[in-house]
Amino acid sequence: MSAAASEPLARVRDLVKHFPITRGIVIQRKIGAVRAVDGVSFDIERGETLGIVGETGCGKSTTAKLIMRLLEATSGEIDFEGTDITRVKGARLKAIRREVQMIFQDPYSSLNPRKTIGSIIAEPFAIHGLLREKGERKREVQRLMETVGLNPEHYNRYPHEFSGGQRQRIGVARALALNPKLLIADEPVSALDVSIQAQVLNLLRDLQRRLGLTIVFIAHDLSVVRHMCDRVAVMYLGKIVELGPNDALYSFPRHPYTGALLAAVPVADPSLHGSERRPLSGDVPSPANPPSGCRFHTRCPKAQPLCSTQDPVLEDKGSGTMVACHYPLDQEEVAAMGVRSAR
Amino acid sequence: MSAAEPLLRVEDLRVEFPSEDGVVHAVDGITYQVFPGRTLGIVGESGSGKTVSSLTALGLTRRQGARISGRILFEGQDLLTLSEDSMRAIRGNDIAMVFQDPLSSLHPLYKVGRQLTEAVRAHRDVSKSAARERAIELLGLVGIPDPSGRVDQYPHEFSGGMRQRVMIAMALANEPKLLFADEPTTALDVTVQAQILALMERLQRELGMAIVIITHDLGVVAEMADEIAVMYAGRIVETTSAARLFASPEHPYTWGLLKSIPRLDSLRDEDLVPIPGTPPSLINPPSGCHFHPRCPYAQPDHSRIDPALEPVPDEPTHHVACLLESDVRRRLWEQLGEGKTPEQALVGVGLPGAAT
Repeated sequence: MSAAASEPLARVRDLVKHFPITRGIVIQRKIGAVRAVDGVSFDIERGETLGIVGETGCGKSTTAKLIMRLLEATSGEIDFEGTDITRVKGARLKAIRREVQMIFQDPYSSLNPRKTIGSIIAEPFAIHGLLREKGERKREVQRLMETVGLNPEHYNRYPHEFSGGQRQRIGVARALALNPKLLIADEPVSALDVSIQAQVLNLLRDLQRRLGLTIVFIAHDLSVVRHMCDRVAVMYLGKIVELGPNDALYSFPRHPYTGALLAAVPVADPSLHGSERRPLSGDVPSPANPPSGCRFHTRCPKAQPLCSTQDPVLEDKGSGTMVACHYPLDQEEVAAMGVRSAR
Repeated sequence: MSAAEPLLRVEDLRVEFPSEDGVVHAVDGITYQVFPGRTLGIVGESGSGKTVSSLTALGLTRRQGARISGRILFEGQDLLTLSEDSMRAIRGNDIAMVFQDPLSSLHPLYKVGRQLTEAVRAHRDVSKSAARERAIELLGLVGIPDPSGRVDQYPHEFSGGMRQRVMIAMALANEPKLLFADEPTTALDVTVQAQILALMERLQRELGMAIVIITHDLGVVAEMADEIAVMYAGRIVETTSAARLFASPEHPYTWGLLKSIPRLDSLRDEDLVPIPGTPPSLINPPSGCHFHPRCPYAQPDHSRIDPALEPVPDEPTHHVACLLESDVRRRLWEQLGEGKTPEQALVGVGLPGAAT
């Protein structure tokens, strides 16, 4: 929240991505749509780390891919410093791509095994025709390697010579090469061992502070998101159900889904393992056929008749977060759920 | 509990796999026991040997050319000496297992009911219709709605959490005395994970079985386990009750694990303390204490002397394999608890810096 006074770096408005479901091989008929992202609006402030959490199929990765323009949005807009990412073409798209970079989940499959580390990190320069002079490019790559804690002498080594954590550093160096304004990290530590996760998380936090990066951090692990992010958006079935500053959201979750998510996280302390928890029942419904009204009503312990007919809007309910719920949780309910991060 | 006879006692188990690059010492002399109705958590990272040791207990590493030594006593009988046929009679009957990935553990072309009845009929001489009744009962037991309808569906018609319930139902088909659960919730979302963990706890209470839960997730073991064994590079480096492991851990690797995960109930700005370096090769494990190359508190002779798993003074059930003196370890953990870095903690207890 360092630069709250300035304009946001990006504004996402009513973003929608539907994937068609088709039947037939030669003549394909559209018989429905998976509503992966279904009307999502949020701002990305300069210099902040914005977390997007949610379970499998909630649309968090699709949202990231839309911001990267790796997918075409069905409707809505992403205003990135005055340019709508969802509509730009040609040279302007390439220019936007310089400004938005991504760190991938799997450091094993996202690095070309036949290329040296030096040429992997230099790839963005090659694509954008920068630093054409060889010595200059090498110096810059080695500077990047140093920034992320890699030994610059390993310039000519291949990915298989590095461990998972080091590979993720290579991915970070590549993402930083063009000095992007926005970094998108999609589950950057979930493929790593516990002892290595902390190395990468510390690196990202350190870089964020040192370089004033803006990061969209996508993860399913709520503890990791709490550790890393200034603001957090919770997604369920293609919609944001709660959005707000980290402290407010974790200490006083208002949406019953946020509360259930937080209560479900196992805490590494047996002394806190008191009353038996009541896990959320049922499964996430299919995004191809989401429930009417509030999408969470089929699993919500507080659901009322209104919830199945009227879709709640994301609005301020006076506790610091924006929440899309007709009957948000009160403090007693949060305490009764056993949310460990509650005040 | 110590008065009871252990259900399973693993003694000095070693499992080695010959490979092109040399012999992989996957499990390097581990000893543990599991008591009836209790839960043992085995914690470790990839390559720590936690999965191989359990697969070996189930007789599932024999065909892969593994060299196995030691003893695995189940109700007094050494499973390693049993023939493949006798082992098959025990596996899935007295000892059952649940694997990490429910999708690849279920046959995609057979109905769930058929796979369940197969599990029942492999060990019991019952009619097909009785086995089917049992399959429906099992699906109900693990909380699958409409079990008599779902029994005729295929695995792809089940969600991830439901598939894991089917796997658990299959494991429970013959009311095992011991259940090995290898990362049973790692592939699942948190709310589904909470459902599965609650289910396992309920079934354990109702059926009185013992559970060995193998995981990398300290939160999961804290919720589930009565006793915990921490594995590193094929060995158990620390073992004690769950309460004690989290309150007074004594091995630097355990500290490293506890300090490197962000927690929902900790202060948000608390810095993580990563474990430096990477897990070692199991072909050429480090000399002396296997953890010494990554240990911030290692002293010069720790690269020569191999620590044994020994009881902590005054705590007969708490075993640690560490060359530091017990009171030094306790003071170090105190310092870490005050938020000091490993380097500051070393200074605080007056130890010379790590010999790296």
